[in-house]
Amino acid sequence: MNLEHLIFQKGLKDVQSRKDQIVAALTILPSIILLGIFVYGFIGNSVYMSTTDWGQSAAMALDPQIEGVGLENYRELFTGFLNVRFRQDLANMFFFTVLFVALTLLVGLLLATIVDQLIWGEAFFRTVFLYPMSLSMVVTGTIWRWMLQPRGGINFLPTLIGLPPGEFLWLSSRAQKLVFDWSHLFHYLCLMLLIVLGLNLFNTWRRRDRKHLVWKVIFFGALLGVFASGILTRIHLLDYSESHGFNDALWGVVLAAVWQMSGYTMALYLAGLRTVPSELREAARVDGGSEFQIYRYVDLPLLKPITVSAIVILGHIALKIFDLIFAISSPDHYPTSMPAITMFLKTFRGNELAAGSAIGVILFVIVSLLIIPYLVVSFRKEV
Amino acid sequence: MKKFRWLNLTALCLVLVFALGTMVSAAVGGELEIFSWWAGDEGPALEALIALYESKYPNVTVINATVTGGSGVNAKAVLKTRMLGGDPPDSFQVHAGQELIGTWVVADRMEDLTWLFEEEDWFDAFPEDLFGLLSTEEGIWSVPVNIHRSNVLYFIPDNLEKWGVEAPGTWEEFLEIAPKLVDQGVIPLSVGENWTATHLWESVALSVLGADKYSDLWAGRLAWTSPEVIQVWELFGEILEYTNPDAPSLSWQQATDMVVEGQAALNIMGDWASGYLSVTLGVKPGDGYGWAASPGTTGVFMALSDSFGIPVGCPNRENTIAWLKTIGSLEGQDTFNPLKGSISARIDSDLSKYDLYLQSAAQDYQTDRIVGSLAHGVVANERFMNDFATVMDIFLANRDARAASNAAHVVAVQSGMAQ
Repeated sequence: MNLEHLIFQKGLKDVQSRKDQIVAALTILPSIILLGIFVYGFIGNSVYMSTTDWGQSAAMALDPQIEGVGLENYRELFTGFLNVRFRQDLANMFFFTVLFVALTLLVGLLLATIVDQLIWGEAFFRTVFLYPMSLSMVVTGTIWRWMLQPRGGINFLPTLIGLPPGEFLWLSSRAQKLVFDWSHLFHYLCLMLLIVLGLNLFNTWRRRDRKHLVWKVIFFGALLGVFASGILTRIHLLDYSESHGFNDALWGVVLAAVWQMSGYTMALYLAGLRTVPSELREAARVDGGSEFQIYRYVDLPLLKPITVSAIVILGHIALKIFDLIFAISSPDHYPTSMPAITMFLKTFRGNELAAGSAIGVILFVIVSLLIIPYLVVSFRKEV
Repeated sequence: MKKFRWLNLTALCLVLVFALGTMVSAAVGGELEIFSWWAGDEGPALEALIALYESKYPNVTVINATVTGGSGVNAKAVLKTRMLGGDPPDSFQVHAGQELIGTWVVADRMEDLTWLFEEEDWFDAFPEDLFGLLSTEEGIWSVPVNIHRSNVLYFIPDNLEKWGVEAPGTWEEFLEIAPKLVDQGVIPLSVGENWTATHLWESVALSVLGADKYSDLWAGRLAWTSPEVIQVWELFGEILEYTNPDAPSLSWQQATDMVVEGQAALNIMGDWASGYLSVTLGVKPGDGYGWAASPGTTGVFMALSDSFGIPVGCPNRENTIAWLKTIGSLEGQDTFNPLKGSISARIDSDLSKYDLYLQSAAQDYQTDRIVGSLAHGVVANERFMNDFATVMDIFLANRDARAASNAAHVVAVQSGMAQ
């Protein structure tokens, strides 16, 4: 083989691969253009709109007079007198997301474990538990609105066995727990960070990861000091104290949402349980592990990746929730309101399009905080 | 020559007739898209009106574009996206008054209809007070198709007799009889979700302030922080003590049901509740259910009205004008309203077509002072209404009259309704 031949072959390969690249680029181009305009272009447009004052009296003019106001809309949302509703929405969203994700995972895992153990009727129960997911959130909301009526439905159940009817106001209670002062928001954010870090620290300690442990302990200690000293309460977001908290009325919404989505997590976990290699279980059995120990030390650790995916999927459903709330309670019922509802009402009822865009951008950022780390990690794994 | 002249003349006439013919068919041919939230119970009334229009203008195809959803919150969102996108319907349902003026008129998206009112002699057909609510100094912006009354008190006469009370004429009387009802295990006044509380609030405000000051409040002449307005909130708070605790989960129909089922004694609702009571629940007006002006508002008619106008740049303007002429006519109003359960906005309507309740409402409409409703978009613009819902929900939670007055003041300033 002479040198010329080799060069010729390499050149041919280059031409071929370049051709492949061009074909690939052309194939993907329409999607990129459409995504660019209809997703990223519109995100950009919303971000721009959120920095304007669009929403003055002639907001609906064909050519509305719009001026830039910088971050004024954001400042107004977090500290403005009338946006107390939006701040309660954020608190509602936080508590709802935590409860919904935790309970859905728990119920889903429980159902999956039970269905997995069934000797007969597995397909039947799987379908029954998965069925609510096939309903739209609006249907779920309407059904549960009826079921949670204070004068009927669930509250009426105890009377079937001769007990007095329940009195809990599932959706209409105005009672609040875990009350905190928005003015001292940073103080409470510090507490949250402390909790997350504490859990992480515990995990590191359990895994005997000496190297990181020291740094984490130092950081944890410093944060604990900041929190305990209460120095952050000196920062006042507002001139007055404004209490928010966990509304009892959210239980009704959580109940309906868990009912709808726990079948889905059951299906995820069930698929996960099926992929656990039977060799592992047999090996554990040979070593004398009880059924519970096998479940705890073989099955559960192997389900972890599924839990992570489920948290991301359920989390972003919870953060964006709109339709369920709209159907299950009235749009202006403050104890069950969420940012997406306020965004809709502000934009399309109150004509405050800039403020609505700002809420949209805030929601977008919060959802991104959940999804981007997940995407980064899963991309790394693939590469 | 003479022959030729005749020929010429005939030709000219033919051309003229032909030209006129095409002009007329251009005027009443093609399509007409009517945008509304009248589906469900209100659907038949709209369909009857469209049928009347089609019988008058058989060449026009009417497109009935409805977007369902209570009080039009979904329909309004769809309408706004369409208008912003430069695709207005030929005419759309809108609450007459500030809901139309504060959103569409200030944005130069509506045509002034003064010429139409002159052409059709409508200045004498509608009561004078109504024009104050429909128009600005620049013009009249929509044709009202119906009138609903907002300040109506509903009760079941037999039940009240059984409990030994009478329908209260003032809020003082209500506060006197309320403990008696509570003792008998009856909820004195039933309320539903957030907007029904606002609906109750406007009736309370009207009784405390009186018609003049109530109007001043919306014109920016009476401050939200004034002692009278704080008094409204205080009385409203006292009244709320005698309402059902599960209000936020109830629709207005369920609040009305409580009265019919004997769980509650009284309910204040717009007079669409009459239609619900007599048609849906089959309770007869008079013997079955009773009504009165809400306490302390006798002689004042708090009105709201659905109306239609001409959006600037609508595709079939001539057809829209024909539509407005139809709905504003006596025949149109008397076709639509008996089915809708509302009264005609005209003062010359044929009362024999209406039921007992509507006849009494129509009589009050012709003699009473007319003021506009807050909860239904007559006296306040949409930005105010949106934020007032928040003020209301905060008040329902904390019952702080002074804080609510201050918050409402801020809302009024931000929405351009007060200085």
